Amino acid sequence: MEDLVLTPGQYAQLWNGALATVRILAGAFALGLFLSLVVGVGRLSERKWVRGISFGFVEFARGISSIILLTIMVIAIPILLGDVFPWLRGRSVAVLGAIALGLNMGGYGAEIIRGSILAIPKGQGEACIALNLSPTQRLRFVVLPQALRIILPPMGNLTIEILKGTALVSVVAGFDLMRATQNLIAGMLAQGALGVTVLFINVLFIYFILAQGVNGLFRLAERVLDRRFEQRTGRSAVPINVAATAGS
Amino acid sequence: MSTNVTETDRTDLSDKGAASVRFRAVDKAFGSLTVLENLHLDVEPGERVVIIGPSGSGKTTILRVTMTLEHIDAGTIQVGGQHLYHEETSAGSLKAASERHIRKVRSNIGMVFQHFNLFPHMSAIENVMLAPVKVHGTSREEAQHLGMELLAKVGLAEHANHTPGQLSGGQKQRVAIARALATQPSVMLFDEVTSALDPELVGDVLKVLRDIAEEGKTTMMLVTHEMGFAREIADRILMFDKGRVVESGPPSQVLDDPQEDRTRSFLGAVAEH
Amino acid sequence: MADDNHRPEAPPTASDDARPAGTFEFEIEQSHKWYRRPEVLVPVILVVLGLSLLAVVEAPSGRFRSQFTPGRDVSFGWDYFFHLVPQMLRGLYTTARATVLGFLIAASLGLVMALLRRSERPYVSLPAAFVIEFIRSTPILVQMFFAQVLVRATPWLTLNPIVILFIVVGIHYATYASEAYRAGINSVPKGQWEASIALNLDPATKWTRIIIPQAVPNVLPTLGNYLVAAFKDVPIGDAVLSTAGVLFFANTIRADDFRPVEPYLLIGVGFLLVSLPAAWLVRRLEESIEYERD
Repeated sequence: MEDLVLTPGQYAQLWNGALATVRILAGAFALGLFLSLVVGVGRLSERKWVRGISFGFVEFARGISSIILLTIMVIAIPILLGDVFPWLRGRSVAVLGAIALGLNMGGYGAEIIRGSILAIPKGQGEACIALNLSPTQRLRFVVLPQALRIILPPMGNLTIEILKGTALVSVVAGFDLMRATQNLIAGMLAQGALGVTVLFINVLFIYFILAQGVNGLFRLAERVLDRRFEQRTGRSAVPINVAATAGS
Repeated sequence: MSTNVTETDRTDLSDKGAASVRFRAVDKAFGSLTVLENLHLDVEPGERVVIIGPSGSGKTTILRVTMTLEHIDAGTIQVGGQHLYHEETSAGSLKAASERHIRKVRSNIGMVFQHFNLFPHMSAIENVMLAPVKVHGTSREEAQHLGMELLAKVGLAEHANHTPGQLSGGQKQRVAIARALATQPSVMLFDEVTSALDPELVGDVLKVLRDIAEEGKTTMMLVTHEMGFAREIADRILMFDKGRVVESGPPSQVLDDPQEDRTRSFLGAVAEH
Repeated sequence: MADDNHRPEAPPTASDDARPAGTFEFEIEQSHKWYRRPEVLVPVILVVLGLSLLAVVEAPSGRFRSQFTPGRDVSFGWDYFFHLVPQMLRGLYTTARATVLGFLIAASLGLVMALLRRSERPYVSLPAAFVIEFIRSTPILVQMFFAQVLVRATPWLTLNPIVILFIVVGIHYATYASEAYRAGINSVPKGQWEASIALNLDPATKWTRIIIPQAVPNVLPTLGNYLVAAFKDVPIGDAVLSTAGVLFFANTIRADDFRPVEPYLLIGVGFLLVSLPAAWLVRRLEESIEYERD
């Protein structure tokens, strides 16, 4: 069993790589979630042009390969758009990579959000009209809180796909867990097939654990939400004083 | 929590009293299917009008266009003297109303649905408090006080913290009524509010409707299949068929001495059940 | 039996009443099974034929090279862009071919994985479940690197990079395919299995007449979606294994001409021109064979 263990120095390098991977994932997730919400709601807008743009974005982001989007983002876009958006020049590969993965995630996430909004029964919207809630209030207080429960499981799977996608950053010279692994390959090749197997089994396990971590976080969120849904006797509950109100 | 209330959204929640509803030459079709045809109807302030008729006759559509859940194709509807779908221009002619105008007039109307449409992620009291706090700018304390009063009125004060999933159908419908009452509407619309309920739960809901009727503070328009209840509560009964009012009059006339064949055959079919 | 479900009950007409008692005419209509409908069958066959052709015919080999000296003063030139199109198509063909061959492995290996996972013996199903989950939740890029380095470190093993690509794509997407098979089988309602027992059907009839026809409408579109997904992952092989696909084309041109914008935008466009129609076809398939259940 101890054959499967690397040296502490190697683990330290992999640890740094894993941290970089998680940072890229966090950036991509933040952008992806934001885009998912905006575009997913935009797909259902009453305005035709908003629907059109949202649809175009979804088709593009889901149609393109993430590695091609990533290379375009890192290699071509800073040259092409650098004059218009000077901010893009000199951005690190990690930032540009996170943007590319976030765009990618936004396309898939928007469809998840759209589907979950459509899954809310029509009567909920009618009740909102009857109570005279504005469209924004309807979305915020009635539709999204209910849609959230439907969104979480597929969003968790999508986040794991994006975690897997972060490894692509290594092929455009970004630093992440995969790049840290590449730095160790030469040393392990000396030990032959067994050496590289040990190295890669360790790395794959780190990715596996990260994926399970993402999975666990989403499961936790689901459970918290379910509990709030079913029984609310916590802080937010209104104190009941039956004696005081029953007489009125 | 911040509220999105703007000055124009704010409507006074103190008693506004009952309002009239006037339909003039209202048409409504779904594709090639005409559901309302040249409808003229006056409902007076505080009046209780029960609409009966076979399914698919358009009776529910009257309530739905009044609540703006469906928009009318032609004609006008006035609520409390104000046009619902139109605005008067300075020249005195009518133009299509802005969303803001519709919302303003709509704030006088409340509706209770056949399938309750309670918000499943909110407790009973939160359902009742939502519109007063978010739409009418009532303070949370005030809305909570009002909400508990309303829940007590419908006999559900001790269920205030329960979510809809924990309530029976009859209890859900009573929460839905409390929710509609919380905005103190001048006109209340009841769309077959007992037809999704188990028979033994209907009584509690009807009792609440009776209480509202007795207070006489709102105009009530009801679509129902409960003929006994219709007789008891209605000032006037409208027999509706194929998008038109076939017959209208006090219950004693329409139910006991119908003048039209269509009414007679409908009442005969209902009585068989 | 099942056929009269599809037949709306006609109200009795005068001619029905007039028919002499004792004779009973009833024509059995062929029920509307998805695999008997030409508007489903014809495109499916065409696509399968096209994919088989793709699998058999190899792209012309040779180095990617441009015979064009682009100006240095602009960051984007249309003439250079269009000059690169034929070579890009060659790379795209190789990418598509690798996808199809890899997916052939995935579709068959996936079935094996699904059966292992459905096994009633926990010492078979649990390890299978773990391996599927493990491969599925780790990056295909890392798996490609692993395969490449492993082959390099194994003296007696020599494998063409494109073969390594088939194998890795095949194994990675087999885990997805196995989930599609499993979900398809599980989507057949419990009542259907119970009815098969109640009618005392033998296992062969049960599977071929009841379960598989109902599971396929759920499996086929999912497999189609994974095929499109695999197509998007295959260019990773160009970066890791230097297979001669679209991305390798762009990388080569960039290294030769120092002009990164055109080749990368071009492969983006070329990619969308294949993946969008493909995704659209899958969606159409999904809509047309959706099973109508009571």
